[in-house]
Amino acid sequence: MTNQMNSGNERVDLAYRRRKNAEEMRHQVIAFVLMILLTLIAFAAVGYEEFSHWFVIPFILLLAGVQVAFQLYYFMHMSHKGHEFPALFIYGGVLVMLVLVWAFSTIVWW
Amino acid sequence: MSTIARKKGVGAVLWDYLTTVDHKKIAHLYLISGGIFFLLGGLEALFIRIQLAKPNNDFLVGGLYNEVLTMHGTTMIFLAAMPLVFAFMNAVVPLQIGARDVAFPFLNALGFWLFFFGGVFLNCSWFLGGAPDAGWTSYASLALDSKAHHGVDFYTLGLQISGLGTLIGGINFLVTIINMRAPGMTFMRMPMFTWATFVTSALILFAFPPLTVGLIFLMMDRLFGGNFFNPAAGGNTIIWEHLFWVFGHPEVYILVLPAFGIFSEIFATFSRKRLFGYSSMVFATVLIAFLGFMVWAHHMFTVGMGPIANAIFSVATMTIAVPTGIKIFNWLFTMWGGSIKFTTPMHYAVAFIPSFVMGGVTGVMLAAAAADYQYHDSYFVVAHFHYVIVGGVVFALLAGTHYWWPKMFGRMLNETLGKITFWLFFIGFHLTFFIQHFLGLMGMPRRVFTFLPGQGLETGNFISTVGAFFMAAATVVLLINIVISVKGEKAPADAWGDGRTLEWAIASPPPVYNFAQLPLVRGLDPLWLEKMEGKKELTPAEPLGDIHMPNSSFLPFIMSFGLFVAAFGFTYHQETAWGLPVGILGLLITFGSMFLRSVIDDHGFHIHKEEVLELEKKGANA
Ligand code: HEM
Ligand SMILES: [Cu+2]
Repeated sequence: MTNQMNSGNERVDLAYRRRKNAEEMRHQVIAFVLMILLTLIAFAAVGYEEFSHWFVIPFILLLAGVQVAFQLYYFMHMSHKGHEFPALFIYGGVLVMLVLVWAFSTIVWW
Repeated sequence: MSTIARKKGVGAVLWDYLTTVDHKKIAHLYLISGGIFFLLGGLEALFIRIQLAKPNNDFLVGGLYNEVLTMHGTTMIFLAAMPLVFAFMNAVVPLQIGARDVAFPFLNALGFWLFFFGGVFLNCSWFLGGAPDAGWTSYASLALDSKAHHGVDFYTLGLQISGLGTLIGGINFLVTIINMRAPGMTFMRMPMFTWATFVTSALILFAFPPLTVGLIFLMMDRLFGGNFFNPAAGGNTIIWEHLFWVFGHPEVYILVLPAFGIFSEIFATFSRKRLFGYSSMVFATVLIAFLGFMVWAHHMFTVGMGPIANAIFSVATMTIAVPTGIKIFNWLFTMWGGSIKFTTPMHYAVAFIPSFVMGGVTGVMLAAAAADYQYHDSYFVVAHFHYVIVGGVVFALLAGTHYWWPKMFGRMLNETLGKITFWLFFIGFHLTFFIQHFLGLMGMPRRVFTFLPGQGLETGNFISTVGAFFMAAATVVLLINIVISVKGEKAPADAWGDGRTLEWAIASPPPVYNFAQLPLVRGLDPLWLEKMEGKKELTPAEPLGDIHMPNSSFLPFIMSFGLFVAAFGFTYHQETAWGLPVGILGLLITFGSMFLRSVIDDHGFHIHKEEVLELEKKGANA
């Protein structure tokens, strides 16, 4: 709301920022490792012959969902404050798309 | 760079407009080009009505009639109504929220030029074999069958280009309204027109992608050997209809919500009363937008989706009448007990209520799926959607033109001429479209180029044609009014004397930087609040200082021109050798200028405090 004011406050607390950034970095790394792990699990699940398709497909879809959440919340910073609008619009878009898919797959096609 | 206004030559003014990134000038561009397309679409409408003035007429027959009809609808929706709505959004929204410009001025210019070149491309079809002739809905089975000329390709490519511009514009307004509100301007203090713009932009964001997907599929099928809609090759022609209406129904709200916003401003201003039920207005606007996405298949009741789908979409459609009703009552209650001034904009606002309600009532009638089998594709539908589009959207655009003209151009329009325009248009509108309900019920089909004598359709059609000429006359009076306004009365800041929102607090037309000091907003209708406390000006929220401004740029024009060239290339790539190279050349122009935009640093410039002071002094004396 104030980013177009012609008088800005230039003072920033460097020590605080540095601590915050370090913490941020740790979260990113953890999320990144987890994502690689999830990807490996997904590959393993598909590669392992004993599992039936009825298990594998929902399972990897679930993993995909988790990955999307990690991506949005850690890498794209949606976990930070001030991201209510991106969240609103993303979930709004998802909702509209879900209604569409739902309508097509139940009442429109048959 | 100096910003002090001085007399400039024609060339300099032209260059200024070609490179501008100022939202106020972009508003002028949208208004002028949207206005020209409106005249073009109006001319096409007159031709249609002349053809239908008497039975067995041969003024416009067969294929040519289809082309004129298609171009009328396409032009009116995409090239007239939408850009005119964008003109007012650009002119007013940054001022209403107390901002110096939109969030992305460069993108704003790009959005305009994309729309412009898309529209020009579409209309080039008239001179290159023939215009699109599959209806503004361009149903795939018709569109794929239209093989005589490239008309439909002009439709798919032209609308893709201009659609890109619209999407860019929508995103720009979302970001602007979220991020650039002046201190104190909370969401629930935003004027209704700004709210309408916000919700409309969200609708654009979600509704245009399905259209783009549909257009790309259709383009693939026609130009690149695709089979998305070709049942013989495993495609499905109905998918187009769904994609189109998933966009198409929200599109009608993209048009009518800003219209509601314009009227909300006008009712409050000229009833000299706070808008009744402000928060319920906001709620209703959001609800309409939400429901607008759940009802698209009401355009397809007769396609054969089955009783369950028809029933669900029928009920869903009818629920939209509830929030719309809330709005109607709020407007009535705003006038109730107000001290009403019947200016030209107020004439339109008052006439809008009964006209739009009639369109809404026939809408609910059409929403009854079983009954729609009777109404579908008849003149009854034509009457319905003209009551909502003309009685709602066009009335609002005309009202907005009179209301904000002084703010945009610094001159008052003549009120007497304005009222003549209104009465001619109002009478002409009802004369043209009211009778069409009955023509439809008597069985006159939509989109058919003639009718036979002796079926009771002669009188109705003749009356309808006479009405169209009344509307044409109204338009001529409006144009005269505009021309003589150049020498008209100079408009003060608060041009109507009753302004409530921030745009009326600054000079008409506003200086380049809009607000010398960003205002502090202390409630809904901030200017009115200050005036009620005996003040003449807003409370500033910041000290006077240097103002940062974006530089002008010619790149948006070139980027859009590149796509225009590319579209020609790809249209003709199948039968000519030059098609593909020209197409690629066009894309190179576009991507090349995008590359330039990325690598050239552009930090803008500052207007210094002293200059601002000087300009403010001049503005105050003007
Ligand atoms: C408010 C702005 C509105 C606009 C601009 C608008 C515009 C249109 C247009 C252009 C069509 C013709 C579609 C075609 O080519 O077949 C149409 C049809 C239709 N409209 Fe609206 N409409 C609006 C509001 C409503 C409302 C409020 C309702 C119902 C509550 C409604 C219900 C329908 C239905 C059911 C049809 C399909 C009729 C048929 O295909 O036989 N509309 N509208
Ligand atoms: Cu609809």
